[in-house]
Amino acid sequence: MSEQPILEVVEVSKAFGGIMALSRVSFHVNQGEIVGIIGPNGSGKTTLINCITGFIKMTSGRIRFQGEEIGGKKAHKIADMGITRTFQIMRPYYSLQAYKNLVIPLFSPRAKRTGGWRGGGKLGDRNTVSIDILEEIGFERDSFVPYKMASTLPTGYLKRLELARCLALKPELILCDEVFSGLSMSEIASMVPLIERLQMDGITLIMVEHRLRELFQVANRVMVLNFGTKLVEGTPEEVMANEKVKEAYFGSQEVEEVMTYA
Amino acid sequence: MGNSEHHRRERLDRGIKVRSDGLYALMSWRELSYLTVPRLVLIVGMLILPFAMPGMYWQRVITIVCIYSLLALSFDFLAHYLGLVCLGGAFFVGTGGYIAAILNTSLGLPPLVTIPVATVAGAIICTLLLLPCLPLRGVYFAIVTLMYPLVLARIIEALDILGGTDGIMGLDSFSNRWVEQYTVIMVVLLFLFGTRRLVNLDLGLVFRAVKDNDQAVRASGMNISYYKAVAVFIASAMGCLGGACLVHIYMWAGISLFALDFSILPIAATVIGGAGTLVGPVLGCIILVPISELLREFGTLRIVFYSLILVGFVVFRSEGIMVYGERKYHQFQRWVKV
Repeated sequence: MSEQPILEVVEVSKAFGGIMALSRVSFHVNQGEIVGIIGPNGSGKTTLINCITGFIKMTSGRIRFQGEEIGGKKAHKIADMGITRTFQIMRPYYSLQAYKNLVIPLFSPRAKRTGGWRGGGKLGDRNTVSIDILEEIGFERDSFVPYKMASTLPTGYLKRLELARCLALKPELILCDEVFSGLSMSEIASMVPLIERLQMDGITLIMVEHRLRELFQVANRVMVLNFGTKLVEGTPEEVMANEKVKEAYFGSQEVEEVMTYA
Repeated sequence: MGNSEHHRRERLDRGIKVRSDGLYALMSWRELSYLTVPRLVLIVGMLILPFAMPGMYWQRVITIVCIYSLLALSFDFLAHYLGLVCLGGAFFVGTGGYIAAILNTSLGLPPLVTIPVATVAGAIICTLLLLPCLPLRGVYFAIVTLMYPLVLARIIEALDILGGTDGIMGLDSFSNRWVEQYTVIMVVLLFLFGTRRLVNLDLGLVFRAVKDNDQAVRASGMNISYYKAVAVFIASAMGCLGGACLVHIYMWAGISLFALDFSILPIAATVIGGAGTLVGPVLGCIILVPISELLREFGTLRIVFYSLILVGFVVFRSEGIMVYGERKYHQFQRWVKV
């Protein structure tokens, strides 16, 4: 594509002491794309997300968002620019009701800027807006679910709440850290159209996933990480066919042979 | 009930609690009074306390109760709505107290001016000094805040500034004891209902979110240090206000303003009153401070009795009076067959 990518990651490295969690990872994400990041456990997927969103400082490298350098910026500044993320371990604001959870992002400077409202007025106060967002993401409006304490919600709703928290900021780019994990098959099946709709709304997504089948269904491109390095990058079909990926991700050839003879 | 093997306790909200949620409460006097009577009891109770006390000594105790209440309120607010365990009660009292004392003795300003100025200026100073510690969490923040009053007291002692160990004497007192009483009582009620309102505003929700999950707040594009600083400012303003009132009541400011009592007693009051309820810590002070006065007759043994009461509460009613009371007020319980 000729136009400038929305996110450009150039040679990013991260060392935890002597361990290289990421070494010289480069990739780019175009506007409106869904890019999947896969890799075995400990391959640096979450570390990469943490680096992009500023939750940890990368050791070296450059990250550009919409042409602006964001490496080394503080996490809340990066989120303010429109890069939001979900967390692998969902921790909602337990002491608040589900819809009150969204009042917090709606209170943020970015939401005040992008929302086109300042509380009250035609669009209603933050509570109304948060119920609207929750409905969009699959909380039934007239049920009691949005009003339940976040601590009593089941995993499926918590995952949605995480996404809703991102959407409240009207983001340009969402980094999803395993939104499908821990969900039942039917819950995943209902999440997939949600992701597709986000893409149709013009939001760019980076998805770290272990559920490959569903990821390949939605992703335009997939990048494979292994031991902190980029293995391959390509369309889901290309990645699936790649021998190196099979070796790293699905177990080595020898193991597979042993398994088939056993 | 003894037959707990076959029965299980079930707690359900009372009908009137459900009915008085939201706007519907306005529909009948019964629902209205269900909501307002407990609050009125507290307000009226606090207002008649000075009249109910036998003599000047006990009236003074009520004043001290109110000052400790402010500190307990500030502790509860920071600990349970922001997740910062702050042992800086003495720090706030000392800062506010010394500022009021200096303004009063060297500039000759009346208490009416020194108290508000000391509240705001003291809160600014406390917040600035605590600013580097705001990224700390849990016990680490507690340790640092505990250190500040000790350090400041030693600095005043060692450098012999601000009156040194003698303190600053000859402050103006309140014009009479009724003014003194009602000033502190009104201030406590104001801050009590103010903080209760605050924690349910959108800003207050952000505070609570910082406590529950500060990473998610950062991911929402908000600077958590800023919100922590705002909350610390509010909490330290309460403490400084208490300190400023205290020096005008005693007409003296000394390094005993940095005494650890001001840090520790509010915590005990919060434990007894019910953590996270805001009104609980005030009740805790109303109970604890007079008890500690009554026990004065026992001399040093008073610490023993005092500790026993505390231990009893922690072991048998660790939830605190208010949490227990609220549950009984809002819910009924019954035994259901398993």
